Amino acid sequence: MSNFKYIIGSFADPDELMDGIDKLQANNVSIYDCFTPMPIHGIEAKLGVKPSRLPIAAFCFGLLGGTLGFSLLYYTMFYDWPMNIGGKPALPLPDFVPVTFECTILITALGMVATFFYRNHLFPGRAPRVMDLRATDDRFILAVDANDNTDHAKIETLLKEAGAVEVKYNERKYVSYE
Amino acid sequence: MGNHSHHHDYNFSEQFTFTGKARVLSLVALAVGVVAIAIGLLSSDHIIVERTYANLLLMGYYFTCVCMAGGFFLAIQYVTQSGWSSGMIRIPQAMASVLPIAALILLLITVVGLFSHNLYHHWYGEGLTDPNSPNYDALVAGKSAFLNAPGFLIRQVVFMGAYSICSWLLARYSYNEDLDGGLYSYKRSFKLSALFLVIFGFTTPIWAFDTIMSLEAHWFSTMFGWYNFAAMWVSGLCVITLIIILLKKAGYMAWINENHLHDLGKLIFGFSIFWTYVWFAQFMLIWYANIPEETVYFYKRWEPEYKPWFWINVVINFVAPVLILVNRDFVRNSRILAFVCILLLLGHWLDYYIMIMPGTVEVHRGFGWIEVGTALGFVGLFSFLVFNKLSKHALAPAKHPFLEESLHHQI
Repeated sequence: MSNFKYIIGSFADPDELMDGIDKLQANNVSIYDCFTPMPIHGIEAKLGVKPSRLPIAAFCFGLLGGTLGFSLLYYTMFYDWPMNIGGKPALPLPDFVPVTFECTILITALGMVATFFYRNHLFPGRAPRVMDLRATDDRFILAVDANDNTDHAKIETLLKEAGAVEVKYNERKYVSYE
Repeated sequence: MGNHSHHHDYNFSEQFTFTGKARVLSLVALAVGVVAIAIGLLSSDHIIVERTYANLLLMGYYFTCVCMAGGFFLAIQYVTQSGWSSGMIRIPQAMASVLPIAALILLLITVVGLFSHNLYHHWYGEGLTDPNSPNYDALVAGKSAFLNAPGFLIRQVVFMGAYSICSWLLARYSYNEDLDGGLYSYKRSFKLSALFLVIFGFTTPIWAFDTIMSLEAHWFSTMFGWYNFAAMWVSGLCVITLIIILLKKAGYMAWINENHLHDLGKLIFGFSIFWTYVWFAQFMLIWYANIPEETVYFYKRWEPEYKPWFWINVVINFVAPVLILVNRDFVRNSRILAFVCILLLLGHWLDYYIMIMPGTVEVHRGFGWIEVGTALGFVGLFSFLVFNKLSKHALAPAKHPFLEESLHHQI
């Protein structure tokens, strides 16, 4: 048998893909990943995908942004060179709220985008890698790790039964757009 | 179609039966309110009478605002052609149907308050606009082109009449849709909603200026209208959410799940922040500019009499919802969400209290049987009217074009 790593089931219909997930899971075949060109309700719960930790990152970036914004104001307006503006106290906390708020929003937004790019290997200039080229177009892709699941003939039968239009055996994990 | 089944076992024709504990409790609360208001108004002590009257204005305004938020919710859903909410719109529809009654009650309070009590005495009184009178007030005279009794009454009638007719019609169209089906009612609702939102957006700030801000006629703030809109919208959303949670707890509306409540919770969370944003924008600009004619509003609220409540207002309406509803698991937990809704409804009562009392009863404010009794009475009246309306129609708009989308809502 050739040296392939992943079995790729390519579906033309999202309901058939969901059926394929059920069939594989009923036969104790572990699913490596799933790629769809559009969001499908309920697929995360079915695959047992853990909730994203992006909100935690957002919270940390928010704390960082708020601290940075407030520190900038504190240092420039009060610590380094106290200024009397309109007879207000040297440390006018209500005035600091808008800038602190905006810095919090800015750093949170930029930080979330950066974290998202980092986790998904989406850097500017880098060719994106996917397990099947049509996953971003019109096909719903179900990938099974061929080393973890050894009964390859059965997997192919199950995928075909569920309605897969094509079953591929990939030697490399990713195909590149390059 | 694989396993992605479109079958469901929901009974869309189920109707709420308004009997037993709910009916008795709302009528008891209403009776308590009527007794408290009657004792307050018939009191021989002038201060007690005025305090009762200020409370009547507070709860009349609160009641009208919550019902208006029901109509506003409907209009937003139709204009955005939203699907997620279509399974729950019978609740804002019931609130919107009650708006004409709420508006009439508020109109009665403002009319009687204007002519026979001291609600609007800052701008309505003997000789205030007459340069030869000892009571002459140059500031009020300058505003008299807008702030005069006929203008005030015409605006009250026209604005609240427009809100009432639009809200009532939006509910009416949907009840017709149950009988006729098709897209005719939906398309009419869409057009009416667009018109209603334009009227609502331009006139609610003016309506808030008239009803509440003119209690202290020397002072003005252009943020005041949006500040009141934010309070109205948050409290309206809280009432919608709370009614859904109560109905679900009683075994109704099986088609509404934690995803729908999560979205309502997110709206409450977001608009609590919006309320704070507007509240703070108003506060900071006045604090920064430090112009006496503007600072007078906050000066009064920083007297020892009001200062603790001034800060508790911000804690309840901003800090609490932000800290609790920021957590996804908490928003999706109906007990915690119900707790936040009740807290915010109490918070916005306090919010209106701080808007109204310093301008009407000033140092004679209080918190006792008048406040609790009046509030209970209006809560009883609201519950009775809204639940009674809910019991008249099916709890789901079975022929709403987006009902299927609502059933599959998932976030």
